[in-house]
Amino acid sequence: MQLAREELQQAYRQMKTIREFEERLHKEIATGVIPGFTHLYAGQESVAVGVCENLTNDDYITSTHRGHGHCIAKGCDVIGMMKEVYGKADGLCKGKGGSMHVADMDVGMLGANGIVGGGPPLATGAALAAKLDKKGGVAVSFGGDGSCNQGPVFEAMNIAAILKLPSVYVYENNRYSEHTHSSYVIASESIASRVEGFGIHTVKANGFDFFEVHEVMKELITKAREGNGPCAVEFETTRFYGHFEGDPQNYRAPTELEDDRENNDCLKIFRSKVSEAGLLADEDLDNIDNEVLALIDDAVEQAQNSPAPTPDDVTTDVYVSY
Amino acid sequence: MTETTFREALTDTLHQEMARDENVIVMGEDVVGGTGNPHVEPDFVGGVFGVTAGLYTKFGVERCIDMPISEAGIVGTAAGAALAGKRPVAEIMFCDFMGLCLDQLMNQAAKFRYMFGGKATCPMVLRTTYGAGMNAASQHSQSLHPLVTMIPGLKVVIPSTPADAKGLLTTAIRDDDPVIFFEHKTLYTISGDVPDGDHTVPFGKARIVSEGEDCTLVATGRMVSFCENAAQALSEDGISCDIIDPRTTSPLDEDAILDSVEKTGRLVVVDETPPRCSFACDVAALAASEVFSSLKAPIKQVTAPHSPVPFAKELEAAYVPSPAKIKDIVEQTVNYK
Ligand SMILES: Cc1ncc(C[n+]2csc(CCOP(=O)(O)OP(=O)(O)O)c2C)c(N)n1
Ligand SMILES: [Mg+2]
Repeated sequence: MQLAREELQQAYRQMKTIREFEERLHKEIATGVIPGFTHLYAGQESVAVGVCENLTNDDYITSTHRGHGHCIAKGCDVIGMMKEVYGKADGLCKGKGGSMHVADMDVGMLGANGIVGGGPPLATGAALAAKLDKKGGVAVSFGGDGSCNQGPVFEAMNIAAILKLPSVYVYENNRYSEHTHSSYVIASESIASRVEGFGIHTVKANGFDFFEVHEVMKELITKAREGNGPCAVEFETTRFYGHFEGDPQNYRAPTELEDDRENNDCLKIFRSKVSEAGLLADEDLDNIDNEVLALIDDAVEQAQNSPAPTPDDVTTDVYVSY
Repeated sequence: MTETTFREALTDTLHQEMARDENVIVMGEDVVGGTGNPHVEPDFVGGVFGVTAGLYTKFGVERCIDMPISEAGIVGTAAGAALAGKRPVAEIMFCDFMGLCLDQLMNQAAKFRYMFGGKATCPMVLRTTYGAGMNAASQHSQSLHPLVTMIPGLKVVIPSTPADAKGLLTTAIRDDDPVIFFEHKTLYTISGDVPDGDHTVPFGKARIVSEGEDCTLVATGRMVSFCENAAQALSEDGISCDIIDPRTTSPLDEDAILDSVEKTGRLVVVDETPPRCSFACDVAALAASEVFSSLKAPIKQVTAPHSPVPFAKELEAAYVPSPAKIKDIVEQTVNYK
């Protein structure tokens, strides 16, 4: 653990922000005020934050349908995101995209993505641009265990490998794609062992531990930045909520969620590690908790009170009109 | 007749056809559901919209197959199995995902019979959902039937009632050519009388939904009931409409449409897709070229705007053609001087 105090605080703040964003949405969605499909990221925070704390605004990420965590970790404005999830005119995407399509080009966040496997080819393209720009930029794609079975994902990794692009393919294995267990749909021993076949340096790591994620990613991203070609990583992780909000999750073992909340909660693990090592005081962490809760309250209130888009907005940003 | 939901009608049909012909197999993502979970018996999902419920329990793992998220692989597997004598019914959860498997549809399945000199058949069905109405945004709400309707070698079906869902799916499964079967997500819960036992509806034969004198309305899927609502309101103003549901966009029942337009002299085509190169354009062009002299007013199209499907409630509501808009356009057409 060689992180400075400020870096630890920042990491915790980011993870906590994602957690509270999702916990709050879980409650708000149950009231029926939020339209569409929402897939919550709670439980996986250490992955998004452990990855993105190694990136700058000049680096790129692509995301998934479960994108809120990636967006926050990459620096998207939390209030603008909340407004977008509510479908408001001043949301990050003006209410056009919603939860599944939050994006912010200014911070290198190339979009949450409703198409499973849609992101990795785009990350490959962003990595090509970064390579041509010669400023040391990298592109990281996030994908679930389910995404590793899409043909375009294979193609993207192979292209990155032959062109030696500065990209990193992150697989978040949370055991399920919708209701199906990853052990059924992935024939190889692991995602990592399959990806190695593309000639890409690949590791498998514990995604519950922010520090492990951060360290692994530091090594992989540095490698990619320095022109050694793409890397990949499979993180073991878990989601605390259903595939989408409303999923009864009756396909999970009776105590699985309880166990995960008890033993695999990345925020708890982070807190106990920094406390034991005397790196941050409980008080510091509690203060961050309070700041985050206030931020989320503010975001929800602003989102509720923001103006809705108007019918005229339907046909803006489509290049041509008929 | 039994009162049945649209969803149940489809499920019952799959059960009937799988029982009738052991070559019928079902495959797709979560069509079983729960597969590979150490803790549960599979089959409590039966497709994310519940259409394939119970097939695994009844027909077993060999005939109801959960697939990875690999749309190109799924459709290719279905096409290959069809070439080799099976009758696969593949599910693509949202038609938007046809983007990933279009090659297997348009370059493979659609081409075999013709390209191989009539010596091959590809009796597969691709069931998929389409349409806006759930605020599911740009990648989960499209209506892509025009995209496949324009490809020779594919048949394209869009049921609007539970009875047609059954009759058309039965025909699709028994058909020797590749059929794309579009299910509007908002229709699963509607109910209606469905004939018991064997029920088939031929392709290329429109349903005359209602008969009138003043204007012809042509619509498929969810838009049929929107036309019925509009026609109901119009009847209070003394305007009566023929409503024609072609049921299949390929083959198309041109005669039903043209006969009606010759009778009413007016045509309004309603479709949930954007306007360019669309099914609405196609029907309008058909009438303009075949029965021009019968027309008393310009043909009108009520469609979505030329834009992706937006997320926000207010935007999606403005995007989808509404009964009010249909009524408005019919009034303008009837009052055209
Ligand atoms: C191309 C495509 N196929 C299917 C879906 C429907 N779908 C949405 S999420 C999902 C499961 C994804 O699983 P995984 O990649 O493991 O991500 P997780 O949900 O676990 O984060 C599926 C099948 C989709 N959105 N896009
Ligand atoms: Mg997963």
